[in-house]
Amino acid sequence: MSTAYPPILQSSHLLGIQGLSVGEITKLLDLAEEYVALGRAKDKKVAVLKGRTVINLFFEPSTRTQSSFELAGKRLGADVMNMSVKTSSVTKGETLIDTATTLNAMRPDILIVRHQNSGAVSMLARKVNCCVVNAGDGSHEHPTQALLDALTIRRRGKSFQGLTVAICGDVLHSRVARSNIYLLGKMGARVRLIGPKTLMPAEVTRYGVETFTDMKEGLQGADIVMMLRLQLERMSGAFVPSTREYFRYWGLDREKLAYANPGALVMHPGPMNRGVEIDSAVADDIEVSLVHEQVEMGVAIRMAVLDALGRGLAAGGRIV
Amino acid sequence: MSKRTIFCNAHLIDPASKLDTKGGLVVEDGKIADVGAGMFADIDRNAPDVIDCHGLVLSPGLIDMRVSTGEPGSEHRETLESASRAALAGGITTIIVMPNTDPVIDEPSLVDFIRRRAEVTAKVHVLPMAALTRHLAGEVMTEIGLLKEAGAVAFTDGDRTISNTRVLRRALSYASSFDALVVGHAEDPNLTEGTAVNECEYAMRLGLPAAPALAETMIVERDIRLVEMTGARYHFGQISCRASLEAIAKAKAHGLPITCGVSAHHLALNELDVGTYYTFMKVKPPLRSESDRLSMVEGVASGIIDVIVSSHDPQAADTKRQPFAQAAFGAAGLETLLPVALGLYHDGSADLRHILKRMTSTPAKLLGLDCGVLKKGAPADLVLIDTDRPFVVEPDLLRSRSKNTPFKGRLFQGQAMKTFVGGECVFDRGAPR
Repeated sequence: MSTAYPPILQSSHLLGIQGLSVGEITKLLDLAEEYVALGRAKDKKVAVLKGRTVINLFFEPSTRTQSSFELAGKRLGADVMNMSVKTSSVTKGETLIDTATTLNAMRPDILIVRHQNSGAVSMLARKVNCCVVNAGDGSHEHPTQALLDALTIRRRGKSFQGLTVAICGDVLHSRVARSNIYLLGKMGARVRLIGPKTLMPAEVTRYGVETFTDMKEGLQGADIVMMLRLQLERMSGAFVPSTREYFRYWGLDREKLAYANPGALVMHPGPMNRGVEIDSAVADDIEVSLVHEQVEMGVAIRMAVLDALGRGLAAGGRIV
Repeated sequence: MSKRTIFCNAHLIDPASKLDTKGGLVVEDGKIADVGAGMFADIDRNAPDVIDCHGLVLSPGLIDMRVSTGEPGSEHRETLESASRAALAGGITTIIVMPNTDPVIDEPSLVDFIRRRAEVTAKVHVLPMAALTRHLAGEVMTEIGLLKEAGAVAFTDGDRTISNTRVLRRALSYASSFDALVVGHAEDPNLTEGTAVNECEYAMRLGLPAAPALAETMIVERDIRLVEMTGARYHFGQISCRASLEAIAKAKAHGLPITCGVSAHHLALNELDVGTYYTFMKVKPPLRSESDRLSMVEGVASGIIDVIVSSHDPQAADTKRQPFAQAAFGAAGLETLLPVALGLYHDGSADLRHILKRMTSTPAKLLGLDCGVLKKGAPADLVLIDTDRPFVVEPDLLRSRSKNTPFKGRLFQGQAMKTFVGGECVFDRGAPR
C-alpha cells in the first residue's frame, strides 16, 4: 500500500460499469489475475489494506456477494464489518441517508452497498466521504459481477473482440444483465439477449444488441451463454405463466445448448434455480459450466476493486 | 370615504376582453371601478394612491387550478398560509386546492373548514375542490350538491384515476345534474402501479420501473366516451403526452364539454431531466419525451390546452430524500408557474395574452368565478409583471415550506413584481427597476 503503485480508477467509487473506461476495466482484470494466484497460494493474505475499515452494508439479503466481499477485504488485511438490514435501524424508519451519514461518522474507508432500489447506492455515495462500491442496486447495475464474468471469460483464453455472448432470461429486472451489456459492449463483444418479451425492457434494442424470443435461434453462433436468475415471484403468472413453461422455452438444457457454437461455455451469476432456467445436467457439467470458476473469480475481482480504491485513498485523493 | 387606488402607465392585458394596450385602471372598495386604454395618461405619478406601473404588464391575478397544500394533515409540508405567500410571490391571487389531504375533503363541513381557515390565515383566495368519491376510494360518490353549496368549486379524486367505470359513469351523470365541474386524472392504475418514470431508453438504463405514456391516453379516451354519454362538464387536470392531446382535440371538435390543463413542469422538462435519480423530477404523471413536451407547448399555442397549472405539490426531505422508486411524487411550483409560462412567450410559442388567458379568464370561466378579468365590477385581483426580469431559482429563497422545486438553478425571464388582492398590495418584490 504505497503510492508507488499506479492508480487504476479515476473515481473514488465503483458505482457501475457505465462510468469505467476500457483501460480501467483491463487494469482491474490484470490486477485480479494476481489475486487469483494469491488465492491459490498457501498464505492467502496480504497487507495492502492493513488498518483500513471496510463496511459491508447490505439492505437486500445476499450470501454469496456479501461473503465474497468479506473474504476479499480480509485477504487484503482490512477490518471488515458486516451490516445487514435486519440488525440496522432502517426497519425502525430511519432513512437511507440517515443510515449512511451515521456509518460515515464511524470513518470507514470503503463502504460496500447493496440496495433493492436503483440509484440508492449512488445517492448514498454523494452523502459520505469514503469510497463506495456498488454491490448491486435494484435493476440498475452490479459492476463486480460483470467484472468477474469478464475475468472468467478472459482466463478461458477468449478474446472479447468478436466474441458472441448470449444473455438469457429476465433482462428486465436484471442488474447483472445491464452491467454485462455495458462491459461486453465496451470490450468489443457482440451481445445477444434472449427471453420472453415480458422480461425484456420496452426499449431494449437501444442497447445496440440483438434480441431473440426463440432461444435456439438466439444461441446459434454463441460462444458464451450467460443465464440469468429468474426470481420465483415472477414465475407464477405475472411475467411468465409457470416454471414448467419457462423451462420448456427458455431453460438451458443440453438440447438447446447444442445450438450454440461447439465448445460454448455456460455461466450463471447464482444462485441457480435448477429446472427453471438451467438443467442440472448442464449446470454440473464441468466441461461447459463455469459457475464455480465465477465464484473464485468473484473474490479475486473484489480484491482488485478494493485494492484499486485503497490505492486512491493512499494517494490522498479526494473522494469524488 | 371609500378607498381609491389608481394604476397608471400600465401595459394592460385582459385576455377576456382581448385588451392589450397602454392604459390605466382604478380600484374602488376592492373592485375595479374602471379600466381602459389611455386612462390617467397625464396624472401626477407621484401623487398618493397612484401606482406608477412603469409600463409593466398589469394583468388579472393568476388562478392556479391545481394546488396541493399540507393543510389539514401535513402542515410540516405546507400550510394554507405558506402556500398563500408562495402564490402571491408567483403572481397568483386564487388557488384551487386539492381534496387529497388528511382528512380527505369529502364532507361539506371540511369544505367549510378550508374556506374559514384560509380566510383567517391566507391572503390569497383559497377555493377548495371536493372529492368526487368518498375517501378518494373510487367507490361511492360524495354529496356533490351539498359540497357545491358549501363552496366546493369542482370535484376530483386528486391524482387518482377512478378505475371502476360504473362508479365514474354514475358520478359524472350525477354531477351533470348540478352542472358541477369534474376534474379527472388520467393514469391507468394497473399500468402505472409501482412505476416511477416514463417508459423510455433512459429509464431502462437507470433500471427504474416505468409506465408507458399510453397509460394516460387510454384513460383519456375512456373518459371522453363517458362524457359523451353523460354530458358532464369534464376537465383533465393535467395531460402530458401527444396522443392524449390529439384525443382531446378530437373530442373538442365534436363539441364535447371537455377541457384540459398542463402543468408547468410538463411544459419545461422532459424524461431526461431525471438525471442521476433526481427525485425532485419525480412527478405524476411522469415527465415524458421531448416530443411529448413539445406537443404540450403546441397544445397551449393552439388553444387545445385550456389551462396552465403549477401542480404545486410540496414534499419535505423525509419523503423526497429517498431512493428514487421510494420517493414521493410531486414538485413545488407556485413561484415558477408564471416564469415557466412566460418562457413560452419569450421563445415565440404563443403571445402573452394567449398565455395569460390560460391562467386567468379560462379557469375563472370553468369554475364560475367572477375574477380573472379586468372589468368594471370585478374584484381587483391584479398582478404587475415584469416580463423581462431575469432570475435564478434558488430553493432556499422560495416561500413555500417545502423546497422541492425541479427548477433549482434554472434561469428564468419574467416575474411578478407586485400582487394585489381586492385592491390591496399583498406582495411587493420591492426590487428597484
